[in-house]
Amino acid sequence: MADESKAPQSPESSKPEVSGSSPSPSAAAASPSVPAKPVAPAPLQVPLDNELSRRYRERFGPAILDALEDRKQPILIVDATQILEIARYSHDEEKFDLLEDYTAVDWPRREKRFDLVAQLYSFTHNERLRLKIPLGAAQPPPSLVPIWPIANWLEREIYDLFGIAFHGHPNLKRILLPDEWQGHPLRKDYDILQQDTAWVRENLGIESGQ
Amino acid sequence: MADTAHENYAQKTDTLFGADELVINMGPQHPSTHGVLRVKLKLDGERVVGSECVIGYLHRGVEKIAENRTYQQFAPYVDRMDYVAAVSNGLGYCEAVEKLLVVEAPARARVIRTILTELQRIASHLLWLGTHALDIGALTPLFYCMREREEILKIFEKYCGARLTTHAFRIGGLQYEAYDTLERDVERFCKDFERRIQQYSDLLTGNSIWIGRTRNVGLLNSADCIALGVSGPVLRASGVKWDLRKAMPYAAYDKYKFEIPVGTNGDTYDRYMVRIEEMRQSRLICLQAIENIPAGPIMARVGKVLKPPVGEVYHAIEGPKGILGYYIVSDGTTQPYRVRIRPPSFINLQALDRMIRGHLVTDVVAIIGTLDIVLGEVDR
Repeated sequence: MADESKAPQSPESSKPEVSGSSPSPSAAAASPSVPAKPVAPAPLQVPLDNELSRRYRERFGPAILDALEDRKQPILIVDATQILEIARYSHDEEKFDLLEDYTAVDWPRREKRFDLVAQLYSFTHNERLRLKIPLGAAQPPPSLVPIWPIANWLEREIYDLFGIAFHGHPNLKRILLPDEWQGHPLRKDYDILQQDTAWVRENLGIESGQ
Repeated sequence: MADTAHENYAQKTDTLFGADELVINMGPQHPSTHGVLRVKLKLDGERVVGSECVIGYLHRGVEKIAENRTYQQFAPYVDRMDYVAAVSNGLGYCEAVEKLLVVEAPARARVIRTILTELQRIASHLLWLGTHALDIGALTPLFYCMREREEILKIFEKYCGARLTTHAFRIGGLQYEAYDTLERDVERFCKDFERRIQQYSDLLTGNSIWIGRTRNVGLLNSADCIALGVSGPVLRASGVKWDLRKAMPYAAYDKYKFEIPVGTNGDTYDRYMVRIEEMRQSRLICLQAIENIPAGPIMARVGKVLKPPVGEVYHAIEGPKGILGYYIVSDGTTQPYRVRIRPPSFINLQALDRMIRGHLVTDVVAIIGTLDIVLGEVDR
C-alpha cells in the first residue's frame, strides 16, 4: 500500500494534515488516498433542521425537546405529556402509517429513567423517523394502541421487561415471562444471573434455573 | 389430548344451540403450532369466536444477553432466534453494527452475503411450504421441499461448516472466502430449482383440495396489515407492493433486477402464491449475483476490539418472514448498551386473532401455518 501512494502526491501530503484539524468536505474526500493519516471524522450526531422537524416544531413548539440526526437517521425527542397528540399527528398528517417498532431503553442514572423509542415508517414517503420519549419512573405513558394497533403486544413487552405501565392499554399483562414473575429483566439493575427464584422453585421444582 | 375447560361467560346469548362456549387449549405441545405456541381458542361449536396467544415458552432473554456480551460475541446468538433463517438474522445484525461503526462491508462481501441470504430465503420458504402443506394434509410436498432445502444447507456447510445456525457473516464483512466451487454449486442448484418449483406448483396450485382449504381462509386486508405492522409475504399477499430490498436497499440488492410478487385477496392461498413466486425471484437474484462477484477484500478495516462511537442506529432488512430490525444503542464501550430486535414473527403473530375469528378449528392450523412463524423468534 505504501508503494502505491504516488510520488507527486508526497509534497501535497501536508495539506490534509492542516485541514484535518477542521473537518471539511475536501479533507474527507482526500482521506482514502492517505490511509496512514486519520482525518477527524464528521460528527455522527448533528442537529436536525429539515422540513419535517420544522413542521413538528411549528406544531408542537416546546413539546419537541430536541431534533437530531444520528448516523443520518432522524430523531425527534419529544415530551412525554404530549405523546398522544404527536403520535396522532404523525399518523394522520405526516403519514407515518407504520409503527415499525416500539421499545424502551433504561438509563438508571438519569433523572428521567426511561426512553421510549418508537420507529415510525411512512409507506407514502418511504422514510423513517424515530421518536424518543424520556420518561420518569413514576410516569405512566398513554397507550398508543388506539393509533397503531400493533402497539398492543409491543407495549405488553415493554411492560413485561421494563415495568412501564401504559395507561389505557386494553390488556396490559406480561407477554414473554410468566404472569407471576417478579421483576423486570431488561432494567439495568436486574443482573443477568438474577431470576425469580421463588417462581422457579415453585413452578419448576428445582432450586435454580442457572 | 387438548386440555379442555369450561368457563362461565356472562354473555352466552347468540351461541349455536344455546350451548356454552368452549375454551380449548391448542398447544403448547401441538404438532401444527410449529413449536411451543399455545393458543387459547374460544369456540362456539367448531367456530372460533375469540382467541388468545400465550407465548414465551422459549424466552431466553436474548436482548439481555446482548448487553453482557461484546458486539462480536453476540453475533452467534442472533442465529438462534429465527433458526430456520439464521443467515438472514446474521446479515441484519452485522449490517446494523456496521452502521453503528460507520464502516461498510467491501463489495465482494456484500455480494456473497446477498447470495447466501437469498439461498436462506429459499430454504426458509421451502421449510414453510413443506410444513404448511403437511398441516393441511398434503404429505408429498414436504419430502420434495426437504430435498431441495438439503442442497442449500450443503452449500452453507461447504461455505462455513454449519448448516443451521451458521454464523456465516462477521461484523465488517466475511470471515471465510467463498470456496472454489461456490458459484458452480449455486448455479447448479438454481438451474435445477426452476423445475422443482414447478413441481410444487403442480402439486398444489391447481389442486382443488388445496384451493378449498386455503381460498378465503384467514383474510387480512392491507389496512389491517399496516395497522398491525404485519410485514413480509403476508403484507404483500394483501396487495401492498412493498419490499425493503427495494424500498431501502441494503447488501447488494440495488444491483439486481427482481420483481415484488403481490396478491390481491390477502388470503392463505395468495400468501402461498406470493411465497412461491418469491422463491423464483430469489433464484433469479442468485443467478444474477454469481455471474459477477467482484474481486477484492472480504473484510473491511475494523479493529479486533469493537468500540462503536456513542450513539444509536436502527437497521432493518427484509427477512424471509418480514421486517427484521435491529435497534442498537452504543455507550462507547465494547458491549452494546441496548440491543432491541424487531422480530417479524412476533409481530405477525399478533394478527392471528384477527385472522382466525369466524373460522373453523381446522382452519386455525392453516392460518398458523400461513403466518410462517418461528417460535424461537417470537419468544427470543
